Amino acid sequence: MPSAFKHTLFIVAPLLAVFAVLPGVYENHLLLFNFVIFLILAQGVNIIYGFTGYLPFGYVGFFGAGAYGFAILVMHYQAPAVIAVLAAGLVGVALGLLLTPLLRLSGAYFAIANLAASLAVLHFVANPALENITRGPYGVSLTGTFNPTLAYSAALAVLALTLGAVVFLKNSGFGLALQAVREDAVSASMAGVNVVRMRVIAWLASALVAGLAGGVYAWYVSVFYPDNVFSGDFSIFAIVFALFGGVATISGPIVGVIILYGIYNLIGFTTPQYFQLIYGLLIMGLVLFLPAGLVSLATRRGWHVP
Amino acid sequence: MLIYALVAGVLFGLYFSLVGIGLNLVFGVMRIVNLAHGDFLMLGAFVAFGVVTLAGIDPLFAVPLAFVLFVLVGMLLYWVLVPRLQGSVNPEMLSIILFFGLSQVIEAVTTIFFGTSERSIQSRALGTVFQTIKIKLFGGTPDSGGPIQIFGQGFPASWVIASITSLIAIAFVYVYLYRTRLGTLTRAVMSRRDEAFATGIDVDRVSAAAFGIGLGLAAVAGVFAPFMFGSVTPAFGADATVTSFAIVVLGSLGNPLGTALGGVVYGVCYMLVQTYLSSWADLLPYVLLIFILLLRPSGLLGRRVRVA
Repeated sequence: MPSAFKHTLFIVAPLLAVFAVLPGVYENHLLLFNFVIFLILAQGVNIIYGFTGYLPFGYVGFFGAGAYGFAILVMHYQAPAVIAVLAAGLVGVALGLLLTPLLRLSGAYFAIANLAASLAVLHFVANPALENITRGPYGVSLTGTFNPTLAYSAALAVLALTLGAVVFLKNSGFGLALQAVREDAVSASMAGVNVVRMRVIAWLASALVAGLAGGVYAWYVSVFYPDNVFSGDFSIFAIVFALFGGVATISGPIVGVIILYGIYNLIGFTTPQYFQLIYGLLIMGLVLFLPAGLVSLATRRGWHVP
Repeated sequence: MLIYALVAGVLFGLYFSLVGIGLNLVFGVMRIVNLAHGDFLMLGAFVAFGVVTLAGIDPLFAVPLAFVLFVLVGMLLYWVLVPRLQGSVNPEMLSIILFFGLSQVIEAVTTIFFGTSERSIQSRALGTVFQTIKIKLFGGTPDSGGPIQIFGQGFPASWVIASITSLIAIAFVYVYLYRTRLGTLTRAVMSRRDEAFATGIDVDRVSAAAFGIGLGLAAVAGVFAPFMFGSVTPAFGADATVTSFAIVVLGSLGNPLGTALGGVVYGVCYMLVQTYLSSWADLLPYVLLIFILLLRPSGLLGRRVRVA
């Protein structure tokens, strides 16, 4: 059995099945939806950070741009929601293309520039001067397309696409080449890997995923403000979830989202500052004691983790 | 109006240099991205609140107090966090996440103890010590502490005091880096950590000192934050961090004195945009940051750093 097929059968299919069945037995659909969104975003971070080493500290920029792409298509062109979600993905890719020059930067420089880019997009969208296009800081309301059930299915479809991309990266020469570039770009290029093209493709793939997720999110919540969909929490959470599980694996980010976002919801929102304290300590502990994620507990013993 | 914007830009810019310089020192020496920088600014502001409300004296006295306090805090934090971090595979990336966690902890603890309300200090309180000294030495009556005149325009006295303190602090950093033995060692570690280690420099001790001084400078900048930004909440740190990054990258990451220039350029740009295109002023730091990174990623005064 080829390993790509095994990964699909034993990781991707069960996960999708569980999230397809859960809305029937569990009432808090918003929570389930958020789980799916964070699974998508964590895997999106996995694609770019895990396989190329670029830390997208402003990953939410694509997400928010996707949400606003969806909103603009629905508001101004009365597009059907599915078309608008696809357009949201395209908006994500377009923003990704616009930001490809950032890939010339390395290390912390890239992370900071990416953070600045996401904040620039936020302030651009939220600018009162653009009120007729984006409604500026006053937020958008898309009651016409409101349909949580369909939006949830669309989110599952995006999740399937994302997981498919990660399974492909994990099992193909392309993914291997990307990891070679991450470890040592010069040697990889000596071995005949087209470094720039590889990086750009991975970058655009992760932008596409976040754009689609943003579109689905806008569809599901239907009323939002720039500060909601551009909230830095999305970037941070997605990065921390992916890292906690372990990047450059299929299962790592999934485990990270389920454990950490589960804890997040168990602690609850009643006393946000205590939650923030525990979360901060958890993040610090993670970096200091488990920098390669939960999966490193297994790989250290020589077990193979997909 | 143009002159007002320019002078206010320089005053603010000098203060912004102080905001960024500690961050840059930490990055330059340790290649660590201190995302909690803004939170140490915020803590510095709380030291000022403490001095004003508990002792009822001029918040200027908070400057040495905050500096000494946070130098010690910084050295302690260094020994707890950094050696372990630097043993990992990719310390530069992981430092971003580690210090994000630290900033969450600081923000949460401050919120638990002080609440989320906005705090400010009457700007008249700053600089009262000068009046007292003047009256003691030369007699006379206390004046109203009104605006200070520069080029025929009035500026709040607190802005002038903050920018003078910033100048003194920058001079202090210069003396530390270029006129002391510890500074020479620090610069050696900055240019090549492993070679410095190989020549027998106690890299950890030098780094700990630089880390402490970096946090101390952030706290000193924080003392003036209530006057420069109006009010401070525990959540103030995150925005301050991004602004500091814009300033530091503008000057050049890894060159603390470049930050002085970066701060002034930033301050003047900010005031000009604020005056003539106010609805786009929020966009400025980010757009400026991206353009600088793409066109001249080493900053205005930096060495080459771009890799690919």
